[in-house]
This record gives sequence, structure tokens and C-alpha cells, in this order.
Amino acid sequence: MNFVYHVEGGDFTNAGSTSSQVKRMLKKIGVSPEIVKKTVVALYEAEVNIVAHAYRGDITVDLEEDHIKIVLDDEGPGIPDIDRAMQKGYSTASQKVREMGFGAGMGLPNIKNNSDSLNITSEVGKGTRIELINYFQ
Amino acid sequence: MTLKEIKDLVQGEIICGEDNLDQQIECVFASDLMSDVLTLRDVDNLLLLTGLSNLQSIRTCEMSDICYMLVVRGKAVTDEMKELAEDNDMVIIRTKFSMYKTAGILYGAGLPAVY
Repeated sequence: MNFVYHVEGGDFTNAGSTSSQVKRMLKKIGVSPEIVKKTVVALYEAEVNIVAHAYRGDITVDLEEDHIKIVLDDEGPGIPDIDRAMQKGYSTASQKVREMGFGAGMGLPNIKNNSDSLNITSEVGKGTRIELINYFQ
Repeated sequence: MTLKEIKDLVQGEIICGEDNLDQQIECVFASDLMSDVLTLRDVDNLLLLTGLSNLQSIRTCEMSDICYMLVVRGKAVTDEMKELAEDNDMVIIRTKFSMYKTAGILYGAGLPAVY
């Protein structure tokens, strides 16, 4: 099953609504609470990243029998140095993002810690693509 | 300690979830940084103490499976936040006390920290 969700940059009111829908879906099909939590924590951080840093983005959720694959594609400034962005404490977030309780340089490390497989590619001036996979067993 | 006892200790008011005040709380985590809250693993019977009162603090609880939240410094809780919290069967208590004072009272009353 494939689902696509659209996310608007700067829309903090709806940030997390995709993660919320995916959480409900995973619970409904009986995925264990631990796997649901790690998946939606990773997704939520990534969703907030689109809202915080990009102009817009699409989240594609591919739900298979034994795993979930989530691809987050955004149009935005991109990440010049992904290795640096993966370091705890490194952040380019605005004051507004920090006021929302994010922007402490923990997002990407949190996504990594909650994904079985993670691939990040980015082009400066174009956008960022995050692919994460979590297995149900 | 029950949520009702916690509410009384901090002279708090119930924002939502008043039917669940007999729920037992076993530990507390205090933070305004939601990315930090999202790193918590075992959150059963955990109370989040926070001064961050916005939609993202409720969303963070939703994603983290945290059901109990204590908002300090009398911060406003909007109808939108309340609705989202109710959708997730959360209990929200609000106190006028500061984060430091609230944490001190609860710790002094025997509620341990999560770490």
C-alpha cells in the first residue's frame, strides 16, 4: 500500500499530522507498540525538519507486509554537509523553530537511532531526500 | 503517586482528562526541548513536566506515547491543543509554579527522575 502526504514549509500548526496518521495506521494493522513508536518518532522529526527548513515536501509511505518504507522529499535549501548535520548539537534552525521545542541539533541523530535503515541525500539549493525503513519483526 | 495527589501538591488545575486522575505516576522527565523528550524509551506512567505549551509539545507526547503532562508557569493551553490532547486520551494539569519549584516539590514528595 502506498500513501502520499504533502507538507508545507513553515506550517507549524499541522506539523506532525502526517506522523499522527501513520501512527494510527500502524496501530490499526497490529504493529508492535515499540516499532510504532520508533517509526513515528523518526518520521515526526523528519516531518518537523521539512516544516522547519524547507519550502514544501512530500512524504511517501510504502507499507509492506514486513516493513514500512518512508521517503521524505523536500524542496528547500538542502544540506551542504550531511556528516556535520548528523552530529549531535549541530543546528541551523531559526529562533521560531527553537521556540517550538526543536532546533537543538538532535533531529537527524534521533532519526538515525529510530531507523533500521536510513539514507540521506541532498543537493544545495534544491532539496533533501530522506529514505528510512523499519522492519516489523 | 496519583495524578490527583500531584495536582494537589502543585496547586494545579485540570485542563483535560479529569476522569483519569487516579492514574499512578512512577517517574518524571522535565524538559522544554521536544527532541530530548523524543529520545525517551520507557515512558509508561511517566509525567512530562514542561514550560513549552504549544501544539508541538502535545504532538511530541502523542508520538512518544506520553499520556500525562504538567504545564508550569500557568502557560496558556489553547483549545486546539486541548482537542489534540483529548484525541490522544491525555491528562494535562497546569500549575502557576515555576519549573524549578514544581520539580522540587515532586522530587521531595518521592517521585523519582526518569534518569
